[in-house]
Parts: sequence; C-alpha cells; structure tokens
Amino acid sequence: MSVDRRDSWSLYGKSFTSRLLIGSALYPSPQVMCEAILASGAEIITVGLRRQSPEQGGGEAFWQQIKSLGKTLLPNTAGCHTVKEAVTLAQMSRELFETDWLKLEVVGDDYNLQPDPIATIEAAQQLSKMGFKVFPYCTDDLVVCQRLRDAGCEVLMPWGSPIGTGRGLMNPYNLQTIRERLPSLPLIVDAGIGKPSHAVQAMELGYDGILLNTAVAQASQPVTMAEAFRDALSAGRKAYRAGAMPARQTASPSTPTLGMPFWHQ
Amino acid sequence: MIAVSVNNQQKLCDKQKSLAALLQEWGFESGKVAVAVNGDFVPRSRYGEHRLRDGDQLDVLAPVQGG
Repeated sequence: MSVDRRDSWSLYGKSFTSRLLIGSALYPSPQVMCEAILASGAEIITVGLRRQSPEQGGGEAFWQQIKSLGKTLLPNTAGCHTVKEAVTLAQMSRELFETDWLKLEVVGDDYNLQPDPIATIEAAQQLSKMGFKVFPYCTDDLVVCQRLRDAGCEVLMPWGSPIGTGRGLMNPYNLQTIRERLPSLPLIVDAGIGKPSHAVQAMELGYDGILLNTAVAQASQPVTMAEAFRDALSAGRKAYRAGAMPARQTASPSTPTLGMPFWHQ
Repeated sequence: MIAVSVNNQQKLCDKQKSLAALLQEWGFESGKVAVAVNGDFVPRSRYGEHRLRDGDQLDVLAPVQGG
C-alpha cells in the first residue's frame, strides 16, 4: 500500500500542511525569531498578551513582525491560575488578535507549571460555549483528555513533559493510550520537547502535531534547529503512516537461512 | 478626581472622562490594546461609555511573544 504524499490535516476546519506549531518567545533577537519560524515551515504561531506601557511601544513592533509572517495565530493564556483569569484573558485576546483560536493554559502548580486539570476542563466548557476554538494544554491523563473532548475541544494538547524542560516524552505509554482511545481527535504534544528525536517519537506514536518553543529558540543555532524539527516531524509522520514493524523479543535473521554454506549433515 | 491602578501603577483621573478618553490621555492606542477592569473584560466598543470608579484596577494588555 502506498502512502499518499499529500498529508494535510485540519484543526477546527482549517487545513494545514505543516504539523509543527511554534512559539514566538525566548529567541535571541526578533530577526532570529522570524528566520527560525520561517525555517521551521510552521503555519501556526503561538503568541501572548501582557501588560505593556505606552513608552515600550505597546508591543507594536512585535505585533508588526508577527503579522508580516502571515501565519495563523494561536494566542495563549499562559500564566493564568484560575478559570476567571483564563476566560478574561481569552476575551481580551480574541479582540486584539481577531481570532477565536485559543491555547488554553491554566497553571495548577508553579513549580513545574503543571496544568490544573479541573480548572482547565471548566474553562474549556465556558470558552467553548462562548465560541472559542480551544486548544487545551493538559497533562497526559486519558480521562482529563476525554473530559476536555466532552467540553467541546476538537483538538487536545497533552504535555510531553513540563514546559521548558526539554525532557521529551515522560510517559509514552500514557500518550499512546490517549492516541488509541481517541483515534479521530487531532492530538498535539505540547511542551517538554527538547530534541528532534523527541518529536520523531511523538509522531511515530501517531500524534498529529507538535507544539514547541524553547527547543528551537534556545538552541545554539535556532534557525538550523528549526530546520531539524521540520525534518524530524516529516520523518516521524512518514514512519507512522508507513507502519513500523512490531518489536520482537528474540533475534530473527534477515539473510535467508536456506542454502546456508558450510553446513553438512 | 479618583485614583485607579493601571497595570499596577497608580493614576489620578477625572471620573467624568470615559475610558476611551483616559486611555488616550495615558498614551495607549485603543486599537492596539485590550482592557480588563477589576478582572472583567471591557470590549473596545464600550470604551466610549465606560466610566471608571475610585479604586478600579485596570489591565491594559498588548501582544507579546508567547509559547
């Protein structure tokens, strides 16, 4: 069976070719940010909202740079600790970025930035009713993911490991279970990806996409690393679609044993 | 005059003035920020009619980098 070379996917009815979603923070300079985003091939960029004084230009320079890239924006609610904060920030974000797409983050623990599953579900319920297209950042807990789906989320973003750690997939079993139990829902591993090999692993598990920021922005050469992730996602996705062989417990020769020389009965 | 907090900075302002007028006075361009008062979103369409009260806490936000 051949693999269809066109492999687009869709999120809330919008079709994309790239399976990488990339953050806009932590780059050494705005220019490197733009170059890295373009090199990654990503079509979706995450952005935030913060207090800005008029003296700082009110974020206008950044906003113009991001707009010039012509990508789809996914604003986040990073740093929110309550449902109320997340809902208010979402409303502000919708007005300013002119999109109802939202990366929902409700932090439950400041030490490892672990999402609060209960508040995230409640916020997702409210925001979905308000017309938001919610991309919830959540832990790799199957039941939490099911509840988020029930809350109206048409895509889920379980973590690989805590934000900014670069530790990769802490619990591949959990991620695989979510994939198997929610086979038709777009799933994106968000957070914790540190190296392209982590992204390959997630894509081989059947995840539909990867959202990352620090791994590219904090690499010694962000633009080259962005290219590496672009290629990694492509390789991992192709491998998933091609169907990997099952792992075996014992060795099995590749070369035929029939006609083996130097063997006499 | 009333005292309000704007992004955690105290400001004195005329309570008769609309939020639209005050934002302009403080140097914000209304199309480029989003506003919450006491944690509640205030849509841009209501800036003209919205009046602040003494002790109000405003968050005036703009786009920034995000992950």
